[in-house]
Amino acid sequence: MHKLQSRIPEGPLAEKWSNYKSNQNLVNPANKRKLDVIVIGTGLAGAAAAASMAEMGFKVKSFCYQDSSRRAHSIAAQGGINAAKNYQNDGDSIYRLFFDTIKGGDYRSREANVYRLAEVSNEIIDQCVGQGVPFAREYGGTLDNRSFGGALVSRTFYARGQTGQQLLLGAYQALSRQVKKGNVEMYPRMEMFNLVMVDGKARGIIARDVITGKLERYSAHAVVLASGGYGNVFFLSTMAMGANASAAWQCYKKGALFGNPCMVQIHPTCIPVHGEYQSKLTLMSESLRNDGRIWVPKKIEDAKRLQSGEIGGVDIPEEDRDYYLERRYPAFGNLVPRDVASRAAKERCDAGFGVNSTGLAVFLDFKDAINRLGKDVIEAKYGNLFQMYEKITDDVPYEVPMMIYPAIHYTMGGIWVDYELHTTVPGLFATGESNFSDHGANRLGASALMQGLADGYFVLPYTIQNYLADEINTPRFKTDIPEFDKAENEVQEQLEKLMNVRGTMSVDTLHKKLGKIMWEGVGMSRNKEGLKIAIDEITKLKKEFWLNVNIPGEINDLNQELQKASRLADFIELGDLMARDALNREESCGGHFRDEYQTEEGEALRNDKDFTYVAAWEFKGEDKEPALHKEPLNFEYIEVKQRNYK
Amino acid sequence: MNLNLKLKIWRQKDPNSRGKFVNYRLNDISTDSSFLEMLDVLNEELISKGEEPVIYDHDCREGICGACGLYINGRPHGPDSLITVCQLHMRKFKNGDTIVIEPWRARAFPVIRDLMVDRDAFDKLIQEGGYVSINTGSAPDANSIPVKKEHADLSMDAAACIGCGACVAACKNASAMLFVGAKVSHLTLLPQGKVEASDRVRHMVAKMDELGFGNCTNTGACEAECPKGITLTNIARLNREYYKAAL
Repeated sequence: MHKLQSRIPEGPLAEKWSNYKSNQNLVNPANKRKLDVIVIGTGLAGAAAAASMAEMGFKVKSFCYQDSSRRAHSIAAQGGINAAKNYQNDGDSIYRLFFDTIKGGDYRSREANVYRLAEVSNEIIDQCVGQGVPFAREYGGTLDNRSFGGALVSRTFYARGQTGQQLLLGAYQALSRQVKKGNVEMYPRMEMFNLVMVDGKARGIIARDVITGKLERYSAHAVVLASGGYGNVFFLSTMAMGANASAAWQCYKKGALFGNPCMVQIHPTCIPVHGEYQSKLTLMSESLRNDGRIWVPKKIEDAKRLQSGEIGGVDIPEEDRDYYLERRYPAFGNLVPRDVASRAAKERCDAGFGVNSTGLAVFLDFKDAINRLGKDVIEAKYGNLFQMYEKITDDVPYEVPMMIYPAIHYTMGGIWVDYELHTTVPGLFATGESNFSDHGANRLGASALMQGLADGYFVLPYTIQNYLADEINTPRFKTDIPEFDKAENEVQEQLEKLMNVRGTMSVDTLHKKLGKIMWEGVGMSRNKEGLKIAIDEITKLKKEFWLNVNIPGEINDLNQELQKASRLADFIELGDLMARDALNREESCGGHFRDEYQTEEGEALRNDKDFTYVAAWEFKGEDKEPALHKEPLNFEYIEVKQRNYK
Repeated sequence: MNLNLKLKIWRQKDPNSRGKFVNYRLNDISTDSSFLEMLDVLNEELISKGEEPVIYDHDCREGICGACGLYINGRPHGPDSLITVCQLHMRKFKNGDTIVIEPWRARAFPVIRDLMVDRDAFDKLIQEGGYVSINTGSAPDANSIPVKKEHADLSMDAAACIGCGACVAACKNASAMLFVGAKVSHLTLLPQGKVEASDRVRHMVAKMDELGFGNCTNTGACEAECPKGITLTNIARLNREYYKAAL
């Protein structure tokens, strides 16, 4: 039985992190050279952690499934990164950033972690500027900021609409420097398939070479997960096609608890699905809601004519338009948080007011903004997004309203970690989106980049030393020991089992089925009955998968279908855990909305008395029910309130 | 409107095997689908017939990771401008079209299989100095060194490179000058990157030659095909920095 210890340092909130750093164990330079660390993933968290630890003197082995570490999906983040610099002199502070993040997360995150996040946010901006990240600047040469949802200050630093790309390239370049120096060994196109445990500690991994199909063994004194989120459980999401949960899932099966798996973020402004061959969804930045007005027709007849293609949005007169966000939330209007905007769109579409052929879209209209500010101003602000929209849909948003619909975008849940980012498996750490993180039940815009880099540059490289300090007498060891044999055999057996099914259904067909079950039962709004059905259907799908999946090609070869099938096998199991977690959490909070728990106006209704905890799930064996552990959340510095955006 | 298409796709087992074009027919493709979704449909058909799917790199499918890159009807990333293959949509094609699909062809980018190539050479170039040597935790306050907005903007223009390799594929000499020029420009335009400017440019150019990339003859094909609009000015800046470093 695991006892969840969050290991939050003593002392007042603002002193906890400094106290921790003053008292933790460190590793001296001569010993660092003798210690190896494996890092899985090269996104913001992984690349930053690998580079920083290598700079300190540790020997790092860095793995990614892509052909280059520069391609991790952090690169796709558009909007920006938050920091409490208060450069705009608008009253920002570490406390205010901390407060907004806790409130935005609907009071389901750990105070001490979030405070530390806000504290190191400023160092991140310094570091990135030092690396040559070309942030937007004012004419005087100082850094520019913009504002984002859920905040009253301008604290978001940005590099056009490509902030994630620029921050990732900064981390990638820092990593490249260490590769050149010989402190990091890069393993691109290598996918982690198993965690190797020796004497109860994480001591290595089994990875599969994507090109040759060969299984390889790697040993280390600690393993760091930085493998990202699991949004692709839903098949359609804004994630990269290859983004997967398999590394995290193997760790779960080796004893790492999984925290809040049901906490998934649905982004309100994505380009709607066009047809059954759709492979992924494209996000339109949240910033569009600053000037765009969201609406559907008031009359159901108009909606029907839109759906049949008889008329377009411009044909509907002003008085027949329902600006439902402005109607429901007069104070925040079109700028309500992501979870609120997403649910409101779904509510209108479910009622039959959707505006495209599938009935699953609402309008985002720039007509008023263009009339007010002129086309030039709108083009300067959103030109690249409008161009992207036009390339995908063939519609020109300057002339006709955009169509948008919510899509899966980020996963707040993940591997459970303590204050040191240490999982329940000794020697295994989890960072960035792969851990259950600091975002509680809902993440605010521009906070993902902040958390990934905080973990990677400024938290993990310190906290991991507290563990490694006790490992300095453990010599580097060979991988020809029974523990590695066993772990490799497990993978080999699983892959052979997959290849031997020789069924008739393609991996994508089965993945789409899973996505449909998840979206309908465990998506934007959930209820007891629907979740039970989903669990039932996932069980059936698991059987169907293992009876009927068809994987062409060879096992020891470049085989993208085998790669996908192996990831899907894990997604199916994770889908089941997500549904169980959602069923257990009998309240609505942030991204998790249960139909049974809402206010009269249809807003999320938390149950603080019974559910102010992190749900951490323990694997109990194949096809056995997982065990629930609860980490109570204590709010000492913040008053827990109902979120109100009216 | 749906399309019926003829596809001529390069198939090659591994770097040492001889490749060849294989013809496929594909019917009823929606003009709203993306080019890669069209290839997904083809692969589903191949899998259902027990054949091996066509291998190609792709990941984000929103034009930013730089993983995808196909030579389509003689143009890197296909017939549209300022986009990657994953952003190309089938409405750019007509019913009955024949579409020829090849991998990037360059000595420094060997074919791994079918349409997948090895672009490790780009990582090696960055490792030669495409960074600022600053350790975590040692940076001064972000606003302590003002940067002219104009320089920050030009730097960002260059930093937008996604490392897809279209510039090399488009160039008759398979030169990486635009790629290296973009990185040298990005960093040299900023005060933080100036300190190491001369070592950086010398090392990166030497490595470029060593890795088998060709020289620049100012044809401008790279600029014409770059999905991110990186301009030849960056090659000019690279040359200037190189001469400066040699003096």
